[in-house]
Amino acid sequence: MHKSYNVGQPNETEVLHGIDLVLRRGDFCAVMGPSGSGKSTLLNLIGLLDHPTSGTIAISGEETTTLDDAALTRLRGHNIGFVFQYHHLLTAFTALENVMMPMLGDKGFADAAMTRRAAALIDTVGLTPWRDRLVGQLSGGQEQRVAVARALAMNPALLLADEPTGNLDTTSADAVFTLLRKVNADEGTTILFVTHNPLMAARCDRTIDVVDGRIVRSDKELQYLAPAVPSENRTNEATMQAALPTG
Amino acid sequence: MTTAVTPAGAPTESVSVASDGAPEPFARWQPFEWIVATRFLREGRVQTTFIIGGVAIGVAVIVFMSALITGLQSSLIERVLTGIPHIQLTPRKEVVRALRDTTPGLREGAVLQAPLQRLKGIDQWQAVVAQVDAMPEVAVASPAVTGSAVVVRGDVSRVIGLTGVIPDLYYRVVALPDKIVKGSARLTGTDLLIGTELAADLGVSVGDKLNVIGTGGITTTLTITGIFDLGNKYVNERSTFMALRTAQTLMALPGGVTSIDITVHDVYAADVIAQRITSGASVEANSWITTNAQFFTAITAQTISMDAIRFFVGLSVAFGIASVLVVSVVQKSREIGILRAMGITRGQVLRIFLLQGGLLGLGGALAGSALGFAGLTAWMRLTRAADGSSLFTLELSAGLFGWTLGLATLTGLVAAVVPALRAARLDPVVAINA
Repeated sequence: MHKSYNVGQPNETEVLHGIDLVLRRGDFCAVMGPSGSGKSTLLNLIGLLDHPTSGTIAISGEETTTLDDAALTRLRGHNIGFVFQYHHLLTAFTALENVMMPMLGDKGFADAAMTRRAAALIDTVGLTPWRDRLVGQLSGGQEQRVAVARALAMNPALLLADEPTGNLDTTSADAVFTLLRKVNADEGTTILFVTHNPLMAARCDRTIDVVDGRIVRSDKELQYLAPAVPSENRTNEATMQAALPTG
Repeated sequence: MTTAVTPAGAPTESVSVASDGAPEPFARWQPFEWIVATRFLREGRVQTTFIIGGVAIGVAVIVFMSALITGLQSSLIERVLTGIPHIQLTPRKEVVRALRDTTPGLREGAVLQAPLQRLKGIDQWQAVVAQVDAMPEVAVASPAVTGSAVVVRGDVSRVIGLTGVIPDLYYRVVALPDKIVKGSARLTGTDLLIGTELAADLGVSVGDKLNVIGTGGITTTLTITGIFDLGNKYVNERSTFMALRTAQTLMALPGGVTSIDITVHDVYAADVIAQRITSGASVEANSWITTNAQFFTAITAQTISMDAIRFFVGLSVAFGIASVLVVSVVQKSREIGILRAMGITRGQVLRIFLLQGGLLGLGGALAGSALGFAGLTAWMRLTRAADGSSLFTLELSAGLFGWTLGLATLTGLVAAVVPALRAARLDPVVAINA
């Protein structure tokens, strides 16, 4: 898969130069690399927030690059959760209400089951006492935990975390990482975790290094990549698969 | 889910939360878009308050000016129409036509002298009244005899205009009983109603008798039963009213009428109705709009000015709402981006901002209506005529407020279209990184 910006213009820039990646259900995968290497672009593409210039993205075997915006939105809402470096919570809402948002948007109206699930997720991230506080009244670590709970609201198969601990102190960062690890273990959620912290990356099952828009190292890559493709050519393949078999 | 971990530093108040039985933060009738829109507005309450204030002032101006202008126009029209019918039917004027030239190739000049317009009755007036009465736009049609006569008392005489009417019908055209300042509006065979000025000139009052000399010297003696004030000195000097049969006798027009006075339900439609009557009957129909053309032009100009004020105030309200929402879209870019990332559709984002526009319009309209109502109430209390009565009645109709609320809400919705589209089209990646 390739991704370029300003396509067809004199300042056209290719930021991903042939990414070939397979993720499997239950993976806990760290993505490392220097700033500007294309990590966030890679996550946006896998998260169906952006379109590749060429190549394909398949989720659970379903090709997504041909889907329209409505279908992508639906697929994203039901299958993918996001946690960003900045929490991006809705400051007009309480912690509980923020967690309810994806479910509320999906169903249109609130119901008791929705509230129960949001309360349970808040409980899981250890914020029950702050449940009814506006998110602006929470600490950075607490806000990020609310963001994790919100990302899990729709019980996604894949959780994309773009430097979720980047703005947190060591204790809070560790709490968020531990939480993600627990979600991965308990729910079988596939997690792609962008970090600059090698210690955290070491605690993941697998690490991908992205440098200058290319995957230069991928632990266990032989396990996931197609055997017919020579390993030296894999990082420049024009196809990427974020395969998330259900179940 | 697993049991909660309660970290150190938790709030002291005990919030009982469990997986079951958690209180619901949102009412079940509230759709997602409504919840987000109202929270966004509440969150930016200073911004929201200012724009609602701006809309309210605009709406208040519209309400105040509309009620004022409408009341003023109604008052003026009422005064103009106090003594005249909405439409008056009269016989067609006599015309002189040149004889047709029957010699080929020969042209003759003709000098035509305008004919004298003799007093004459409307042909088949009962049929005309029945025909007009059948029209749904017409409230009442009243036959009348009008003409000139001389009234004599002692050695004083005055030329008067007499109007013979059927009181039950005519009083529905012109509310003469309301104008009686002395006596009553009774009109039997020998009764006469005169104006205040004429009564003063002749030195007469209710119960006095007057000799009235009509066409061809026909004379009768009538008793003054009432003295009226139509609010115009000239009219009060000249006008008199009597029973139809009495006027027919004085004008030597037995069984005939010289005019049919009509009241219509919509005074502004009088001209159109008059044209319809003219085309369907052998009479001339003149509406109050035709006979008071300059006055009506002034009223029309006033209405156009008011509409222009409404339009520009509405436009400024729309731009105010739009500008606030554009700023809001910029401020909320990240939130919009994350909402889109979590599966919220473009349509939902569009509706969130349209709702905000509608709510700003509605909120401003409610506040503005209250403000306008307060202003009008104060105006009515503070402005008085010399005699202490109100200058004119302001029309505070529910329709005015309903119309204003609806229009302001619609203006808010329309104003929100561009910002809402902009929000809906935001690229989630760009929005999140904004």
